Amino acid sequence: MKRYEIIDQPIDVQKYSDLVLHPAAGAVTVFTGHVREWTHGVRTLYLAYDAYVPMAEKKLAEIGAEMEAKWPGVQVAMAHRIGELKISDIAVVIAVSSPHRKAAYEANEYAIERIKEVVPIWKKEIWEDGEEWIGAQKKYPEKGSES
Amino acid sequence: MITVHYFARLRELTGKGEESLDRAPMTVEELLNWAEETYPGFGKETIHVAVNEEYALKDDVIQAGDVCAFIPPVSGG
Repeated sequence: MKRYEIIDQPIDVQKYSDLVLHPAAGAVTVFTGHVREWTHGVRTLYLAYDAYVPMAEKKLAEIGAEMEAKWPGVQVAMAHRIGELKISDIAVVIAVSSPHRKAAYEANEYAIERIKEVVPIWKKEIWEDGEEWIGAQKKYPEKGSES
Repeated sequence: MITVHYFARLRELTGKGEESLDRAPMTVEELLNWAEETYPGFGKETIHVAVNEEYALKDDVIQAGDVCAFIPPVSGG
């Protein structure tokens, strides 16, 4: 099973949690990002995600490698869904196991921040009176996986 | 030939997901300039280019056979 993937079907959270669990793991943190109905007072009807799939999966794997380097002993599995998603659907799942909980929490938060910076995935918000592709890249992503 | 991919807003602007260009070799900056001229409103100031699935710098050279993608500001998560 793939530890880093872009999928167009509902995300099975347990699958990713199971992928990182092993006998030396004392903690597993699982983050799920969901479609939010209200953003700054504007009601979203649904979202549509697009991705450059092969590069996005490669970037997820690079982020996983960064995490393993920063927090030795962690294991990582991540998936992002694309296509049309309804309110409360899971858009992203990040599962991190580690021998102790602190690293699992810290590495998990690192992963979502990096996904938002470098993984080629795009979100379109569809409202009652319009729609827009969202995007606010902070900086030109650096070559390779350097953070 | 160079293959170029369009995503998200750019897919809608150009009306296509990909096309082939017979312009190799060219730099990333030249590719962005070409796109801006060909598709008014492209917005090259905010768009990065990936060459063979890796972010490229503006003076990197694109060769025949390379696969490029225009990467507008990302918004995953």
